[in-house]
Amino acid sequence: MHDDKTASPYEPALKHHFDDLGQQHEAAMLGMWLFLATELLFFGGLFTAYMVYRVWYPETFGAASRTLDITLGTVNTMVLITSSLTMALAVHAAATDERRKLMAFLAATMVLGAVFLGIKGLEYYHKFVEHHIPGFGFQFEGPAPERANLFFSLYFAMTGLHALHMIIGLGVMTVMLTMAWRGRFSARWHTPIEISGLYWHFVDIVWIFLFPLLYLVDRHR
Amino acid sequence: MAGKVDALYFFLVAVSAFFVIVIAAFVIYFGIRYRRRAHGEVGTKVVPSLALEIAWTIIPLGLGLVMFAWGAQVYFNQARPPAETLDIYVVGKQWMWKFQHLDGRREINELHVPVGRAVRLTGTSEDVIHSFFVPAFRLKADVIPGRYTTLWFNATKAGSYHLFCAEYCGTKHSGMVGTVVVMEPNEYQAWLAGGGGEGSLASQGQKLFQDLACITCHRADGQGRGPVLEGVFGSRVSLNNGQVVVADEAYLRESILSPSAKIVAGFQPLMPTFQGLVSEEQLLALIEYVKSLTGLAPSQPAADTPGGPAPGRTTPARGPQSPSERQRQNPKK
Amino acid sequence: MDTLAFPRTHYLNAEYGLKSWLLTTDHKRIGLLFLGAISLFFILGGIFAGLIRLELLTPPGDLVSDDTYNKLFTMHGIVMVFMFLIPSIPAVMGNFFVPIMIGARDLAFPRLNLLSWYIFMAGGLFTLYAIVTGGVDTGWTFYTPFSTLSSHSNVMTAAIGIFIIGFSSILTGLNFIVTIHTMRAPGMTWFRMPLFLWAMYATSLINVLATPVLAITIFAVALERALHMGIFDPAYGGDPVLFQHLFWFYSHPAVYIMILPAMGVVSEVIAAFSRKSIFGYKFVAFSSLAIAVFGFLVWGHHMFVAGMSVYAAMIFSVLSFLVAVPSAVKVFNWTATLYKGSISYQTPMLYALGFIGLFTIGGLTGLFLASLGVDVHVTDTYFVVAHFHYIMVGGAIMGYLGGLHYWWPKMTGRMYPDMWGRVAAVVTFLGFNLTFFPQFVLGYMGMPRRYHAYPPEFQALNVLSTAGASIMGIGYLIPAIYLLWSLKYGAIAGNNPWGAKGLEWEIPSPPPTFNFDKTPVVTEPAYAYETREK
Repeated sequence: MHDDKTASPYEPALKHHFDDLGQQHEAAMLGMWLFLATELLFFGGLFTAYMVYRVWYPETFGAASRTLDITLGTVNTMVLITSSLTMALAVHAAATDERRKLMAFLAATMVLGAVFLGIKGLEYYHKFVEHHIPGFGFQFEGPAPERANLFFSLYFAMTGLHALHMIIGLGVMTVMLTMAWRGRFSARWHTPIEISGLYWHFVDIVWIFLFPLLYLVDRHR
Repeated sequence: MAGKVDALYFFLVAVSAFFVIVIAAFVIYFGIRYRRRAHGEVGTKVVPSLALEIAWTIIPLGLGLVMFAWGAQVYFNQARPPAETLDIYVVGKQWMWKFQHLDGRREINELHVPVGRAVRLTGTSEDVIHSFFVPAFRLKADVIPGRYTTLWFNATKAGSYHLFCAEYCGTKHSGMVGTVVVMEPNEYQAWLAGGGGEGSLASQGQKLFQDLACITCHRADGQGRGPVLEGVFGSRVSLNNGQVVVADEAYLRESILSPSAKIVAGFQPLMPTFQGLVSEEQLLALIEYVKSLTGLAPSQPAADTPGGPAPGRTTPARGPQSPSERQRQNPKK
Repeated sequence: MDTLAFPRTHYLNAEYGLKSWLLTTDHKRIGLLFLGAISLFFILGGIFAGLIRLELLTPPGDLVSDDTYNKLFTMHGIVMVFMFLIPSIPAVMGNFFVPIMIGARDLAFPRLNLLSWYIFMAGGLFTLYAIVTGGVDTGWTFYTPFSTLSSHSNVMTAAIGIFIIGFSSILTGLNFIVTIHTMRAPGMTWFRMPLFLWAMYATSLINVLATPVLAITIFAVALERALHMGIFDPAYGGDPVLFQHLFWFYSHPAVYIMILPAMGVVSEVIAAFSRKSIFGYKFVAFSSLAIAVFGFLVWGHHMFVAGMSVYAAMIFSVLSFLVAVPSAVKVFNWTATLYKGSISYQTPMLYALGFIGLFTIGGLTGLFLASLGVDVHVTDTYFVVAHFHYIMVGGAIMGYLGGLHYWWPKMTGRMYPDMWGRVAAVVTFLGFNLTFFPQFVLGYMGMPRRYHAYPPEFQALNVLSTAGASIMGIGYLIPAIYLLWSLKYGAIAGNNPWGAKGLEWEIPSPPPTFNFDKTPVVTEPAYAYETREK
């Protein structure tokens, strides 16, 4: 069965309170964009705290940043960017009624997301071994070591919150994959894929800010 | 100063009263004049007026800016102490106010000051945020753990005035009250003469300097492992990362509590931290001692921003070259 | 259709049973679910207020211990702000009337709406749990390092509760914005929308953009307390004042979340009871947006004595004066609306007029606080307490009660006895002023806020204030009685008991589940009252 372009037998449900599918789609997209705006401000609080302390304690934050594994961080960045590519391709496949490609790209996105989380877990493990987790036998050699506590607290809070969003994203993708497998999506209606895509891209973009701020701070030394 | 605040305040009261009365008058007048007299009576068509909208946007805006400017001016003067001040340190802690006079006298919950002299209070907190509030002086400033904040006043009338803590700080927040006693000059002299026997704050600091072995590394002859402290207060200090900072109270405090944060150029990060080993009051004594090594009178301010930078924040460079710079230029043998 | 009949089927009797309420997606039912919840929380917050005022009758702290007192004012603040005022008008009247006013059958996301209520209940119960198992004593403002290092009370639990409640606001705001953008009926252009919708839209912008910052800030406080992150602890290089910046970045816009909806109600009521369109409609609409935008720029005015630089203080001060201007513009436009109107004085109108008086005073006293030289003296005193109560009680609650009385017949199909309504409005107005006006004087005299015991010279004014509070309490009790009474015994309201303009008055009272038989087509502007030509 190599025919990808099968029209879905399902009629997309028009919710009773909308006038037509177009309105329903517009509402869903605007809703997701607004939600992403709230997420931006949610992360924004931590970013603000980080920026303030980064400017105040450049030495400590630089030293602490240099203990992060830049190789793993870079690999993770590539992994996540690629996952956004596969997600975009998934949305395209949905828009062109290519069910199998849609499923394949969704799965690829999920695999890459899981790889990202795995590498993150490895990094966290390294931090544990190096006694860089605040509150768990924290020890730091460097200028003003008590301030390194700040760096690592913010590192774990920010990347942890990000990882939590990735995990939720994987959950969402699972649902999308299941719905795609059941043939629920069509060129005419694939709104959940679109808004999941928006969410996934947002999580990616947060990482694209996290990575240079946390890892690349003082690398030139 | 209090009079200036009151003047602005009563101006604001007058303007507010005016607008409240005017609006109330219009509402009441329209409310009566245009009340519905018959069931089903309709209103009369009223044309919108752009001119009116603009007028009642611009006029309040203008009034607001006048109020802003006046308030800002009063505030600016409140924030800038004069050059000559009688300096006193205040440490807030749950739930009391501790004062340290430079001559070594300590007071708890009571502050004696002379009338007619500018008094500058430099303060911090030992625990949570408190706020030093003397209603009679129309003055308030938070004291914050980890930094120094300043306020100044010139009491014009002798008397006893309430001192309150104005930032909620826990159980006995409303018990953290005291008195500011403003005395006529002769009474103040008499009070000073009955002083405590501990010696001046700077000499207490000197004793600590020896007890804590600071003197081992910070030798006046430049042979120590640490920078010379004579003349350092208020000077520009070059750090090993190229930055230049002013050695003010916040810098000194940070150097004692978090010494590896800023390393003076040409020196090694050898100094251990004294976090947990010195109290806020001991820190103030040490700072006064270092100030006294300047050759300036201990009451000269270094940085004149009222808030004081947070520890670790660098201030723009100004002031004479620091002794440690001279020390570097003449390397020790 | 101006029938005076009670419709046979409507949203209240369309389905019966607990499940039909707990699993409803009908925005009107959800509005009532919120009404029930916030009313209970209001009673709780009011009890705390009563105890505070009783304690303050005498200078020494003799009614309750100081720890208890500190918990009382903290919990009064938390319950009133997060569990009553912030949801109040949006979650009750917004939910009920936003779809109807734009001619839609429901909000854009009905299930999210129900989720919003469940989240609110979950967070509310969490916070209640914090209250009954010992309370919180940090002040509703949770200043660090007291809240993170020093307080021995249920800070974590309360913080989590508030964190959860925040998401309820976010979802409601999101729902309203999408609904207003995408679901307006044919012909309902932006500038034909009733001003209540403009107010709801502006409020929702703030809800959506500001609440997440509170969420992360309170999350940071919880983390700090649990894991000692150091982010606000000076011993680790953290800055306690950073908390204040983050907290007020939300909490200042939050006060606009509380007042903008009330302003929206006032616009509706003044138009209806003057039988005229609001003077300067576009200016009022844009003022709502301006307040929302400028409201994000002024948070520093809560921190003028907290150690900020003189220059930062000046910037926040001038911006704070700017944000006052749109509010003034609204007051002038409402007053001008009365000109040549046909004014009647039923209960909603009394609340609306009371709002204008009390909000004007409250807003003007805000200028005192924006003015740096004066703020240094009056901040952290009862002057501030009086200022914000004038706005939030004199303003927001009067607006809320006005809206409740205006739309009660629509929501329930019943009228309440208007005489009692007017009595209650006047009693509340008088009691309110007696309670809070003395507090301005107390503040200027120097009485700090959050004080359990105070010097004797402050007693007389405190006694006046407490006396006022008891009168105000009666003023709130009376409507509770007759509104509940009206459910069974009130006169049938009919479609349009006020003879007002607006899509909500063209449908039966109570409305059918899907609001409209067919989607209305809008051809006239808002408040298109018939008028005489001179």
